[in-house]
Amino acid sequence: MQKAIIEKAKQLLADGTVNRVIGWKKGEFAYDSTPAVFESAEELENEFVYDDFTASNVSKYLIKESAKEGKVLVFLKPCDTYSFNQLVKEHRINRENVYVVGIECWGKADIEKIKARGISGIKSITNNEGTLTIETIYGTESIPTYEVMAERCLSCKSKKHVAYDELMGEEGEVIDSNRFDMVAQLENMTSEERYNFWRDQLSKCIRCNACRNVCPACTCEKCIFDNDNSGVANKAPADSFEENMFHIIRAFHVAGRCTDCGECSRVCPQNIPLHLLNRKFIKDINELYGEYQAGEDTESRGPLTAYTEDDCEPSVVHERGVE
Amino acid sequence: MQRIGVFVCHCGTNIAATVDVVAVAEALQHEPGVVISKEYQYMCSEAGQELVKEAIKEHKLTGVVICSCSPRMHENTFRKAAAAAGLNPYMVEIANIREQCSWIHKDKTSGTEKAIILGRAAIAKVHLNAPLTAGQSPVIKRALVIGGGIAGIQTALDIADAGFEVDIVEKEPTIGGKMTQIDKTFPTLDCAACILTPKMVECAQNEKIRIHSYSEVSDVKGFVGNFNVTIKKKARFVDETKCTGCGLCTEKCPMKKVPDLFNLGMNNRRAIYIPFAQAVPKVATIDADYCNMLKNGKCGVCAKVCTAGAIDYKQQDQYIEEQYGAIVVATGFNPIKLDKYDEFAYSQSKDVITSLEFERLTNAAGPTSGTLLRPSDGKHPHTIVFVQCVGSRCDDSKGKSYCSKICCMYTAKHAMLTREKYPDTDVYVFYIDVRTPGKNFDEFYRRAVEQYGVHYIKGMVGKVTPKADGTLDVQASDLISNEQLHIDADLVVLAAAIEPDKSARPLATKLTASMDTNDFFTEAHAKLRPVESPTAGIFLSGACQGPKDIPETVSQAGAAAAKVIGLLSKNSLTCNPCVAQSDELMCNGCSACEKVCPYGAITYSEKEFRMPDRTTKLRRVASVNPAVCQGCGACTVTCPSGAMDLKGFSNRQIMAEVDAICK
Amino acid sequence: MQVNENKEFEPVIVAFCCNWCSYAGADLSGTNRLNYPANVKIIRVPCSCRVNPLFILRAFQRGADGVIICGCHPGDCHYTSGNYYARRRITMLFSMLDYLGIERDRTRLEWVSAAEGAKFAKTMNEFVEAVKKLGPNRRLEDLRCKKQ
Repeated sequence: MQKAIIEKAKQLLADGTVNRVIGWKKGEFAYDSTPAVFESAEELENEFVYDDFTASNVSKYLIKESAKEGKVLVFLKPCDTYSFNQLVKEHRINRENVYVVGIECWGKADIEKIKARGISGIKSITNNEGTLTIETIYGTESIPTYEVMAERCLSCKSKKHVAYDELMGEEGEVIDSNRFDMVAQLENMTSEERYNFWRDQLSKCIRCNACRNVCPACTCEKCIFDNDNSGVANKAPADSFEENMFHIIRAFHVAGRCTDCGECSRVCPQNIPLHLLNRKFIKDINELYGEYQAGEDTESRGPLTAYTEDDCEPSVVHERGVE
Repeated sequence: MQRIGVFVCHCGTNIAATVDVVAVAEALQHEPGVVISKEYQYMCSEAGQELVKEAIKEHKLTGVVICSCSPRMHENTFRKAAAAAGLNPYMVEIANIREQCSWIHKDKTSGTEKAIILGRAAIAKVHLNAPLTAGQSPVIKRALVIGGGIAGIQTALDIADAGFEVDIVEKEPTIGGKMTQIDKTFPTLDCAACILTPKMVECAQNEKIRIHSYSEVSDVKGFVGNFNVTIKKKARFVDETKCTGCGLCTEKCPMKKVPDLFNLGMNNRRAIYIPFAQAVPKVATIDADYCNMLKNGKCGVCAKVCTAGAIDYKQQDQYIEEQYGAIVVATGFNPIKLDKYDEFAYSQSKDVITSLEFERLTNAAGPTSGTLLRPSDGKHPHTIVFVQCVGSRCDDSKGKSYCSKICCMYTAKHAMLTREKYPDTDVYVFYIDVRTPGKNFDEFYRRAVEQYGVHYIKGMVGKVTPKADGTLDVQASDLISNEQLHIDADLVVLAAAIEPDKSARPLATKLTASMDTNDFFTEAHAKLRPVESPTAGIFLSGACQGPKDIPETVSQAGAAAAKVIGLLSKNSLTCNPCVAQSDELMCNGCSACEKVCPYGAITYSEKEFRMPDRTTKLRRVASVNPAVCQGCGACTVTCPSGAMDLKGFSNRQIMAEVDAICK
Repeated sequence: MQVNENKEFEPVIVAFCCNWCSYAGADLSGTNRLNYPANVKIIRVPCSCRVNPLFILRAFQRGADGVIICGCHPGDCHYTSGNYYARRRITMLFSMLDYLGIERDRTRLEWVSAAEGAKFAKTMNEFVEAVKKLGPNRRLEDLRCKKQ
């Protein structure tokens, strides 16, 4: 697959359709690829990678790249296309300057899950039809990919590309996933239990801002939490409340816009399941205001910029779930 | 740093009684930026305002905090005072320590504490205030009067007389209201119809007045100078433009047993009807509850006899939209229902009637053609008992706590007229007090007693019992002679309390106008702005504001008209400068704000920005049209970056208030 | 939170009231001398849709024990649609706070018209009572601190 993608990129560069390519580049280790811009066939040949660890959602990079001269080629996984659409809807991406090639994704591996099996000293990882072969300095290990698949991919919402100029491989379908199970589980806890769960989680936050920086919905020119004039800027937390405020407000700001790509939880160095905050909003929106998938299209009105006269009252919170 | 002056008002004892104003002024003196803190008896008085102006000049104040009554009351007063002293009026903030503090907290310690906190919050806000300049908005030079009784008619005539267009919306098929049902008017005893019907005709003929009869206001949007009103024209199944009012249909209609509501159901009319001979507009209306054609498609007589071809059984409710600069509420009153007053046997005996029913019984156009006859047997009554204050001045939940004001006088009128026409009839009036504070009112009442020999008895009727012989046993107490009385009466007339029309409350909601607990509309100021609602552009006329007799109603109607004329004669109004503002450097161009703006005040455009590296960049950014923006702030919360903010209620100002309160 | 001499818990309550209906309703309850506890401090906003969730969290951050938002009844917004947007936003926020395990009774939204002075006073009495029962707001603040 990687080879076909590189070939496609080289071809589009060569025929002048685009003058640069956004994709993933090999990192220091076999499992830490990073988003990158490629401008030549050589760069592509030498550095481009697409494997079980190219998990980054590169759509956010198009905000900057699509504002530049010339067309940029981007390879988007199905879930990335939702973010892409949402950004186009919000006029953050100049669609005309982007050539989208949809690429298949069968789920990414989670290196933490591999390491949790006591595997270390990894030299290389290759995928042979559903089995990861891991070369380490101690020998070779084999693991079925689904056993170490990232949590977010296990509850993948869609294998369908909702935006592309060209598609490589077969078109997938929207999946009836179980992604709200954990939210439901939390909702069914008592208030006290939920509180303890979140206290355990949120108390780990070191406020590194990785979740915000990676989020394709967090694209403000200047985040209010960085803006000295906003009145809520806090470079270093002044009290224990600041992170709570940050996470709640961040979730609120992306509510109705979050496509549930799961990048926030993926990049969290403290492994806080931040996506459970966003999913709560998505689940609430689906239940209270009708099914809505952000990024499914570039036209529809977001649920929080719309209303109906017979919307439920906030007291609905009292009527649902466990106190 | 702002230089802030704090001014704490005693409001006589309104504030000072439960808030230690000296302590408040003293505590606020030490807040950051406060250079002067004073208290005074009446801040809103000329001397009080002078104090503020002097301080602004003397201490070079850049901000003013007034701790006083609600900003809805005097914010403008103090803004004007500040402007007169050379300070931008929007540098004034009010801490509401009366309505939201001294009037609701009995304990002086907690009241004072709260007043200090409210003062602090206002100071914190003023620190972040910026001078604002107001724009202008045009005034639509047309008024709407809701209700076509004497109040609405007089208001409309006066407005039209000044040269402005005015529409009357009346829910009944004809304008005229309660006054059309009244026989004679106190204290002069002129015939009500003789003085009212010419005014009704004048309304119909005045080119500036349009009457929407059988219509209701279904929706109100907009604001002072620019109201957008949806009027529901209820289907009357008769084409108003074709009907000549000949009345043939109302004679031929076979459906004869329809209670005539104009005569309070004391006789019958047809399913198609014109309420009374002088109705305006004189157009027939089909009562859909009774019409056989509408109910089951069998009949069609009226359509056959109508030579004008005005009958239209397929007519639907119609909604029309109109623009107005001002709205006058004149929705009037109704007597209360007496079903809770079983002791007076109102529901048991036909001969126990309300005063309004008595009016119809004595009216030449009424069910008895003006001859006073008992409803039960059509005989002439020889003993009549009038009972005052039925449901008025009531402590219990059955009635109204207030005095209905008009009953004393109309009862004196009824008693007097009865004695004049039927000297053989004994007339008793039971009362708590006789209240006659009006020009020639007490003289009128004295005449009833002295000249006409009406028996006025101070005391309440306890029970009315229908007897087998058809008379009514009235059991009462005479409080002066301290005796129990039994009177054999042929007719008992109850002076039922009056209450605002039922349509008033939903209307108040549509207008966002305030009401009191009795559903009377609240005036902007009980003494000084009695014909204005606190909601700008909404005016009050007649009994919708409180019980009133005709002369009072007419004078209030004229006053409301004068206020409307004052408003409509302006070409534009000063806009609210507290509008949204976009910080283009922060704007992401996402369009969320544009989607939620109810006024379409936000537009997006590509603008060139100089970047720090001296290159330029085209960016899509939002801008707000300040003349269109009404300042709701919906956009500000939609904007994640905080690029959209509201002047006068900025994120930082509100958070400063929050901080000050929670400190 | 304030503690008076009797050590009775006196919650700090912030009430956001829209200028057109609820603030006028609050004034009316004053005019009619309908008492409610002094714990309630009102902040005037043009419309319930002006209330940013940020303000509500800020209040809790700075020591409020309860926050109530009052606006015009649905359909009666002075700005036609403001309270409809507010209703969605506030529903979302309240649901999130509940999800985080914050007591439901610390937050409330109530529609109070300019004519409903009595409802305003009643609502405030009930709300203060409910927050008093909950005691000081700890959870939202302690969410950050790891359980010992």
